[in-house]
Amino acid sequence: MIYENTYTANTQLKVSPFFERTSKLNESQEWRRWAGYLAATSYELTHENEYFAIRTKAGLLDITPLKKYIVEGPDSQQVLDRLVTRNIGICKVGQVMYTPWCDENGKVIDDGTVQRISENKFRITSAEPNLEWIESNSIGMNVVVKDDSFTTAALALQGPNSRAILNSISSKSLDSLKFFWMMETTFEDIPVSISRTGYTGDLGYEIWMEPNDALNVWDLLIDKGKPFGITPTGLHALDVARVEAGLILLDVDYISSRHALIESRKSSPYELGLGWAVKMKKGNFIGKQSLLRELDHKSGWSFVGIEIEWPEFEKHYRNVGLAPGLPSTAWRTSTPLYNQSEQVGYATSGTWSPILKRYIALAHIKSKYAKEGSELKFELKVEHFRKLTKATVVKTPFFDPERKRSCPT
Amino acid sequence: MPNIKKYDAIVIGGGHNGLTAAAYLGRAGKKVLVLERRHVLGGAAVTEEVFPGFKFSVCSYVVSLMKSNVMRELMLPKFGLELLPLESTMTPLENDYLLRTADSDQTYREIARHSKKDAENYMRFGPAMGQIGMAVRPILETIAPNPIRPSFSDIIATKKILDHVKSLSSQQFEYLTKLMTMSSADFLDEWFEYEPLKATMSASGIIGTFMGPRSPGSAYVMLHHYMGDIDGAFRAWGFQRGGTGGVSMAIARSAKHFGVEIMTEASVQKVIVKNGRATGVVLDNGDEYNSNIVISGLDPKLTFLKMIDEIDLPSDFVSAIKNFRIRGSSGKVNLALDTLPNFSCLPGDGHHLRGAISISPSYDHLEKAYDDAKYGNFSEAPFMDIILPSVLDPDMAPPGKHVMSCFVQYAPYDINGGWNDQKREDFGDAVINTISRYAPNIKDIILHRQVLTPADLESTFGLTEGNIFHGELTLQQLFSLRPAVKWADYTTPIKNYFQCGSGTHPGGGITGSPGEMAAKKILGTL
Repeated sequence: MIYENTYTANTQLKVSPFFERTSKLNESQEWRRWAGYLAATSYELTHENEYFAIRTKAGLLDITPLKKYIVEGPDSQQVLDRLVTRNIGICKVGQVMYTPWCDENGKVIDDGTVQRISENKFRITSAEPNLEWIESNSIGMNVVVKDDSFTTAALALQGPNSRAILNSISSKSLDSLKFFWMMETTFEDIPVSISRTGYTGDLGYEIWMEPNDALNVWDLLIDKGKPFGITPTGLHALDVARVEAGLILLDVDYISSRHALIESRKSSPYELGLGWAVKMKKGNFIGKQSLLRELDHKSGWSFVGIEIEWPEFEKHYRNVGLAPGLPSTAWRTSTPLYNQSEQVGYATSGTWSPILKRYIALAHIKSKYAKEGSELKFELKVEHFRKLTKATVVKTPFFDPERKRSCPT
Repeated sequence: MPNIKKYDAIVIGGGHNGLTAAAYLGRAGKKVLVLERRHVLGGAAVTEEVFPGFKFSVCSYVVSLMKSNVMRELMLPKFGLELLPLESTMTPLENDYLLRTADSDQTYREIARHSKKDAENYMRFGPAMGQIGMAVRPILETIAPNPIRPSFSDIIATKKILDHVKSLSSQQFEYLTKLMTMSSADFLDEWFEYEPLKATMSASGIIGTFMGPRSPGSAYVMLHHYMGDIDGAFRAWGFQRGGTGGVSMAIARSAKHFGVEIMTEASVQKVIVKNGRATGVVLDNGDEYNSNIVISGLDPKLTFLKMIDEIDLPSDFVSAIKNFRIRGSSGKVNLALDTLPNFSCLPGDGHHLRGAISISPSYDHLEKAYDDAKYGNFSEAPFMDIILPSVLDPDMAPPGKHVMSCFVQYAPYDINGGWNDQKREDFGDAVINTISRYAPNIKDIILHRQVLTPADLESTFGLTEGNIFHGELTLQQLFSLRPAVKWADYTTPIKNYFQCGSGTHPGGGITGSPGEMAAKKILGTL
């Protein structure tokens, strides 16, 4: 079934097949736009409980707005391998790979996951529309590219209890499903596929289903998940979690090379901390030659995690008679970073981490200053006045629990 | 038998402050041994599976005042500190309710339902208290100077405090003076008119003290509770995932990380004192451990009157400790529930079950409850601060089941005729009867109940007279007077014997502060 505004709301935006439930649960009626959809900002009036659901119980997120494409046919592996920087040749059936993809100049267009559904069938997820990009790069190849965005609905169930919840519903146990693998199963005869993926850096899964089954799946999860603390969760909570996980967001942490107005706005995978996802040993792929050159000349920019150090931060506020002014939600305003008096970078998103009790941010830094442990100055506004406060380059992910990758023994 | 191994420091008591002190000393490279009498760590900040599948923060049940630098310096988030927000406070009434939530607009609307004036004043009250909290915290975070015979560092500390006091605005000074002298009821009457709101707010002025909301001095205790600070937000209460024992375990893991040795089921009988100097401890089983210094995390009564022979202490000090007020006034009832309690004022599940539920409909309710205790009885209709930990953290109970934690006041330690099994059950019944007035299904859903009287708190957790704060938080025993004048800087009349429990400055609650400051004092003298 294809749905498009099947449910009515007085909106020009699209609504997901879960809207029937989410609209009634959304007590704050705060929505954000996500790829043309209405997506819940937070279901409750404040997002803290939803955030802690992700970290201590299980948060349930409607991720239907993700763009989804099916690439199917004898040449599908070849097409994808040419398209993305990861080595799709070694991606087994049932495996999932996170990867960026670039233009010819090696600048990142988008990032997402590639699921190998069967030998010759893949699903790609992305933040922005990529149909044209995939199609134009598969001309002459024996594949069919299909926009799956409206034919598959998706939920993310993220948090330490997510496995227990799914095990209480799924006909097959998820105990042996490894990080970045997927499986087909049923929820009371409803076929779903479950990938052990997510955008929170925690134990978590994404559930892919027919839109027709969406409400039944939602109801099952809410019902069976209740004793495990399942909590409908919005984007505010997700934003905190993804910064803690050190995961980048298009249009926030980087700009797609497709709509960057000037060259300097574009970033290569190396400049986004995604060098590990560029596989030079595989065959040719889009952007490879430029990236090889960049490897030789070292990238000018790096993407790092920074921690805004508490004692100095607190002192700035104490000086004006205030308690430390921590952001209540994750922010996404570009914020200057200095070495001495010279600006050497900018933070693109940041948050107070309630679980780590640290003030953290993701930042673009000139490579010279990007070494772990480098000291920087973070620009802060305290009572309308700009202050510089100490920040240190630290390793990401900021939060990386063992449960994210482990399986029960 | 004397143990050959010699430690730099031995900490008596594996409560959260003892562990904090140990962790700080370990962090500074010292060889430290912690000796805990019970089989579990945490003291009063402990989680135990009292009934199969049902876990309880047996005593202390919420976290608010945990110091941010302690969390950071001991890397507690890395070792398992996970504080979930307690988002609301509900005061159930016979036919209505008062609900305050994390959302200020919602809270405004809800209070305005009862009093428009109060709703507006409430918006001002929070920031005003926050400012006072800010004003007081630097004092709390200073090692209390000795005003009688000040040392150089005492003079510096006193000057710092005086400078700070001078920097307060006249309004801050006015509020501070009032809070130091008034009853919480009188203080709140200046701000509000709606009785359930005032009563619920005043309740934080009586917790852990043998006072009613109309007793002068109770306003300060209220302020003490206002200084909670989680993530920079004043007045934020949190629930440690897995119960408050999780906080103690996080500190213990940090301590172990810094090389601290921890022994459980190691009950210290005496501190060994030779020539006015502590040299180690002897356990109940006769084992001896030697160390350069000994630190007690116990309350002042045990620290001095049990661990040390009176003959080794100055007589004026002994009488000061004997006079130190440590009257227990509260009990704890932990319930295992088959399903959620159903409040007639707000039936069913909802946000109101995810925060504190305060049985405090009026000043009279609280004051009458106090009257019972004044004359040696437990309250027939007590004040209660209730939370449902399993709603916040489903792992606390089997799926679908729940646990309920009821802090109950008043239950005097010195009850007429003494505490016995019958009285304990009667006390439990009074608690259940009171809850059932607001949640009628409670009696039908109780699977198990654990009733802890002040006598139980004393015998199980070593809290003298069952006082949860190691001594009441009243003005005459705070700051430079906690636990006794001259000895408020964690030192004691015995050389190399130090104190680090809640009976020292800045007092009770899960703060880590006495432990941290004691360790810093000790490191400064070594």
